[in-house]
Order: sequence, then structure tokens, then C-alpha cells
Amino acid sequence: MPKSTPIAKAEKKSAGSRRRKKRQAARLSSRHLLGLENMPAADIELIIRTAVSFKDVLDRPIKKVPPLRGMTVVNLFYEPSTRTRISFELAEKRLSADVVSFTTSTSSVQKGETLRDTINNIEAMKTDVVVIRHRYPGAAHYLTRCCNSIVINAGDGAHEHPTQGLLDIFTLWEIFGSLEGKTVVIVGDIAHSRVARSNIFGLVTLGAKVRVCGPPTLIPVGIEDLGVEVYYNLDNAIKGVDAINVLRIQRERQSGAVLPSLREYTKLFGLNRSRLAAAGPDVVVMHPGPINRGVEMTPEVADGPQSVILSQVTNGLAVRMAVLYLLCGGETTVAER
Amino acid sequence: MAAKSTKSISVIAGGRIIDPATQLDVIGDIYLKNGLVERIETRKRSLKSAEKIKSERGVYDARKKIVAPGLIDLHVHLREPGREDEETILSGARAAAAGGFTSICCMPNTDPPIDDQETVQFVIDQARDAACRVYPIGAVTQGQRGESLTEIGDMVHTGAVAISEDGMSVVSAEIKRRAMEYIRMFDIPVIAHCEDASLSAGGVMHEGAISTRLGMRGIPAAAEEIIVARDIQLARATGARLHIAHVSTADSVRLIKRGKRDGVKVTGEATPHHFSLIDASIAESFDTNLRVSPPLRTEKDRKAIIAGLADGALDCIATDHAPHSVEEKDNEFDIAPNGMIGLETALGLVGKNLVNAGHLDWPRALRLMTINAARITNLPGGKLAAGEAADIVVFDPEEEWVVDPEQFYSLSKNSPYVGWTLTGRVKLTVCGGKVTHEDR
Repeated sequence: MPKSTPIAKAEKKSAGSRRRKKRQAARLSSRHLLGLENMPAADIELIIRTAVSFKDVLDRPIKKVPPLRGMTVVNLFYEPSTRTRISFELAEKRLSADVVSFTTSTSSVQKGETLRDTINNIEAMKTDVVVIRHRYPGAAHYLTRCCNSIVINAGDGAHEHPTQGLLDIFTLWEIFGSLEGKTVVIVGDIAHSRVARSNIFGLVTLGAKVRVCGPPTLIPVGIEDLGVEVYYNLDNAIKGVDAINVLRIQRERQSGAVLPSLREYTKLFGLNRSRLAAAGPDVVVMHPGPINRGVEMTPEVADGPQSVILSQVTNGLAVRMAVLYLLCGGETTVAER
Repeated sequence: MAAKSTKSISVIAGGRIIDPATQLDVIGDIYLKNGLVERIETRKRSLKSAEKIKSERGVYDARKKIVAPGLIDLHVHLREPGREDEETILSGARAAAAGGFTSICCMPNTDPPIDDQETVQFVIDQARDAACRVYPIGAVTQGQRGESLTEIGDMVHTGAVAISEDGMSVVSAEIKRRAMEYIRMFDIPVIAHCEDASLSAGGVMHEGAISTRLGMRGIPAAAEEIIVARDIQLARATGARLHIAHVSTADSVRLIKRGKRDGVKVTGEATPHHFSLIDASIAESFDTNLRVSPPLRTEKDRKAIIAGLADGALDCIATDHAPHSVEEKDNEFDIAPNGMIGLETALGLVGKNLVNAGHLDWPRALRLMTINAARITNLPGGKLAAGEAADIVVFDPEEEWVVDPEQFYSLSKNSPYVGWTLTGRVKLTVCGGKVTHEDR
């Protein structure tokens, strides 16, 4: 996706406000990043503005800045993850933090050491920030009660994945500027998706209209209470939208009670060229990855001109740098250290 | 049965005596003798001066307090045998006394379960010096495996007052039907924990807008209602007495109401947590002490339960006191076990959320905690009259107090009410004429 004028304008504007904010020692309103629910719009905007400047860093020949020098970040991954873990590790390294990553299988959680003991042991080695990915909702909240470190939620069950929500919002913001009044449809397994929830919370806060679309077995009860519109028909759902965020459909969902087959799912909810053409040429296509090509999205859509999937990945790095930087107190803290 | 007492009381004087069983509500004195209520004297006027009440030996000053039959709880988990670190029969009974209870029925899901004569006898033996009367409930099926019936006759003759598979439902409708037919010859009820396990599998809280927000696996209301409906139909078909434990949804209340209207022998209980808490509380704290089975439901369900207690659709209040160790509860919400303790906070929650909130007056609230409960399992207590056992609670209906886990007599501290201010504090519990708890 080529840069359009609104982006350049937004960047220029944000660069100006960034300079002002720096003087005011801009801070997030919370010590941890647990989710986008209840995150004020001002915090989201601050993260986006900060991400803009870090994105510039990524295009430099030397992609490293010093703000987290001397700080130790632990990536605690209780679920397998490739891109999120790599993205966090790179973000931490680009900010000059010392990084330790720890991946463990969830099967041992119940018999083995408790999360509290694990974190207490790690923290006893004088760490500053914990990034946690866990299969259970609320695990990151629980961690804040167990330790003194700054906690960043990298996904807690089907609850929240705030940095993914932020990077999706950042990606949309680069294209549209303000998201007020824009319409985004999230397609797929809403019930089991933390990406969906964080997107919904953040987008609704910023004044965007959010639709969700999928089979009723994958749309959780009461989702309307989050301020979204529910669609069971993809063609209707993508009509008149500005962006389509397609979720990964877990292959293990088929043969369960929720989906008769992936074949039927693709037929009803797969995004292909003709459907996208009907939605319009300016509609942006997103996917949090990893893609099941040919299931929720055809390859020509995934790789087509309307896809911003790879920008999402790059933006993920910038957003995570911004979050780490802001939570660690920005430059003031680094200077104090 | 009653704990050693250092203090002997012969008169409980000057209190507001409420006995829902005899519809008594007067200011008066209760005279105790040989573990029984000797007589109740009504005061037209204050006959004795304040000074005199205080000075007499063996006289308990109950002025400005309510004097009622000792409370009865049909639904308590004592964890003995098996998890004596969480609760023993003695510690649970002591907690019960602190909560104003003089009779409790303990559920059979211990390890091993109470599923034969020997285990029933074990509970009765262990409770010999307990601070309240402890009545065991036997399992419906051997090992609570849902396959073959326990020797219900043996258990009843040894002292079991009901059968229940609490913690789960009897999966097979056929086994449930046969159990209900069989118990008709003993005049005991079957107490049903209603939960369709295929619908609740993996669930950790009520399924609704809040579970959706939190991304937590939900337990739909229908998981309970389906089994409530099934068991009511089986009670209709067999004529057995069915008691529905811990009713949590508005439609369960409706099903029980309809069953009663049709003449089915069905009764229902509500817990203090289902009339005090809702699923939204979980979103604020992820407090694992809020994880309970059946789960905390919505505000609509909470209101329906209160309405059911007020209009007679539900018959009694039971705590479902479920002790769990700190190491089990101090975990991620998904892996924490279900249950919260409740014996020591029940009366204060009734005062706060039913009486002070204007839903019930004390005589009606106490009916739900005394005679109505006694009738369901044919327990001897629950009334205050000459010749009855001196099982009595004295409480201050106005006193506000803050829940402090350090004050609990229960061996477990898994209460979601820590820090709450409750209304109504137990001042004195007397069981069989002996003081089993006194608040000083």
C-alpha cells in the first residue's frame, strides 16, 4: 500500500505534537498494558504518535536506540508463538533492553510450578518488564498482583491482545487518519479471538463503527453489548466498510461442534476476489496472521493491492517499541537511571 | 454434639424473640433447662430493669437483639475425610456456630465420598464434640460415579438425612429415576445439583455479555435449567421429594414455581452469593473466589432469586460453604477450583441484601434459614417452643461489621466478601443449651 497524503499529513502533524508531548513528559494513564478495554483514547493516540517516530528508526541503517539501556525484559510465553514473540524481542532489542525469552508448554502448568512462583523467581533476578502470553484470560491481570514488574499482555486466552489491537489501529490510522466514523468489519472466529476483542475495544473508543461477521457458533453471546453489529452474511457485512480484518480460523475448530467443515466455512466466509471487488476498490484488507491461505482468504486477496498484511507486521514492531518506551517512563526515566 | 462451654446460660432476656415456625414475634425471655427450652415469657413491659438483667448470673442480656431458632444450613462441604487441610468436621462446625448455625448438613463429595454406612458413621462420630449438629448427606451412586445406587437404606438408618450427588448431576436419567423411586420408602429428599455437563464443560463463569467481554468460556443458564426441568419431571413421575440445590437462574426459579403449582414435591434453595453477587464482579477483579458452581449469574437472575425467596418459589437459604486452600485459589481463574466459604457471612449478607434492602423482614428471612430448611430434611430443630432443644441464635440486626479473613473460624479463607461491610452480627449461639459461640 503506497503512502497516501493523509499519512504524510498525519505524520507531520504528529511529529509536531510529539515534540510538544516530550516537553510535557507524556505518560500513559496505566502502569501496565493489560488490554484496550477502558484504555482512554488519549493513550491510544499517544502510542500511535510514538510509534510513528519509532517506525522511522526501523528504516535507518542502524536500527537501534538507547532508551531501555540497562533494563531487563522477560518474555514469558506459555503458548507457542512465532511472530508476536519475535516482534517483542526485536522491539526490546531495538530499544537496547536486555532480553530473556522463556517459552513453556501449557500442559505442565497445572502440575508444575505456579505462575506466581515462576514470576517471583524471575523477578528475584531483578527484571523490570514482563511480557506474558498465556492461554487463560486474566493471566496478565493476575501477574500484576504477583509481582512489581511492568506487565505487558501479549495475549491472554480469548481475552485481549492489546499490542495486536494497537498495531491494527496504527495501520488503519496511517491510511485513514482519524478513525471516527470509519467502519471496520472483523470476520471469523470472534468467540475464541483475543484479536477481535482488543480491536473492538480500541476501535469503539476511537469512534469507529465495528461489525463482526461469522457463523453464529463462532459469535459469542452478548457481543452486541460491546457496541458492535453482528452479521452472518459476509457479502452484507463487507458492504460499505472501510476495512476488513479477517481472522485466522483454527483448523482444529472443524470436526468440533462449531463448524461442520472448513470447506463450508470457506464457501460462506472466505474472502475472495469477487467478494472483495463487490465491496469496493478502496477497502483495506487486514489479517493478524498466520494466514490459512485458501481457507479464510484466497492468496490473490492476501497478496493483492488492497492487502496491508505485511505493513501490519512492520507496524507491530513500531507499536511494541512505543508501548515499551512509554511504559518504561520514556526518556525521563532513562535519564534518571 | 455441643462444644465444651465455660459459660452456662439459663435465661436469654429481653430480646425480640422471632420464631417463624410458631409465628412468634415478641419481646421476652427464654428460659433454658437441661438443654431444652423450658418456657418463653412474653414481656408486656420491661419487667426487669436494665441493671437487673446485667447483674443476674446466667442471664444473657439480649435487649435490642433478635433471638431466633438456631440457623440450619442444608448445604455445607466439610472436606473431611480427604482434605482436612481445608476444613474438618470440627472446624466447619465451629465456623457454623460463629455464623449462628446449630444444624448443618454436609455434602458427600469428600475423598472417599460419603457413600456407605461406614462413612456416614465416621462423620457422625467425628461430629460428636462439634460446635453444632452435623447431619450427613449420602451419595446417590457408589463413588459418585453415576453407575449404581448406594446402599441408601443403610445410610439412612445410620443417620443420613438425604442423598445427593452434589458437585455434579446424576448424568443418567434412568439412574436418577430409580434413585427417586427408591428413596420414597425412606421419606428423605434427593438434593439435586443441576448441571448438564456437556453444556458446562470447560466453562468457568456464566455465559453472557461479561464472559464474552472477558473471553472466558461460559456456562449457559440452560445447563442448569435443563436438569432442573428433567428432575422436576422425574419427581412428578415418581412422587419423590426433590430439593434443588443452589438455584442460580431466573428460569430455574420459574420451573420450580410451576412444579409446585402442579403439586410436584419440589423445593429449592438459594445461596447468599447468588443473591449478593453477579458475573460482572469478575470483570473488575478476576478474583478466583468469585468462581463457583453454579456460576454467579446476571442482575436479572439475582433479582429473580430474591423474588423467589420472597414469594415462596424458593424455600430456604443454604450457604454451599465450600472451603478451598490458598494454593488452589491463588492461581489463574481457569485453573482455580469452584467454591467459596459462606457459613460465617450468611447472616450478615441476609441482613444487608435481603432485609436492609427491603425485600424481606426478619421473620420471613429467618423462616428461610430455620423451619423451612428443617422441614426439607426432617431435622428436629428450627423452632423455639417449650420442650424443644435449646438451639438458639442471638444476633444484633443493626450491627455493621467488616469481613476480615483473620476472624474466620473456617480453616479456609476463600471468601469474596473480604472487606465488605455486612449488617447483622451473631452475638451468641446456643446449641442443646450449651454456648457454642459468643461474640464479645
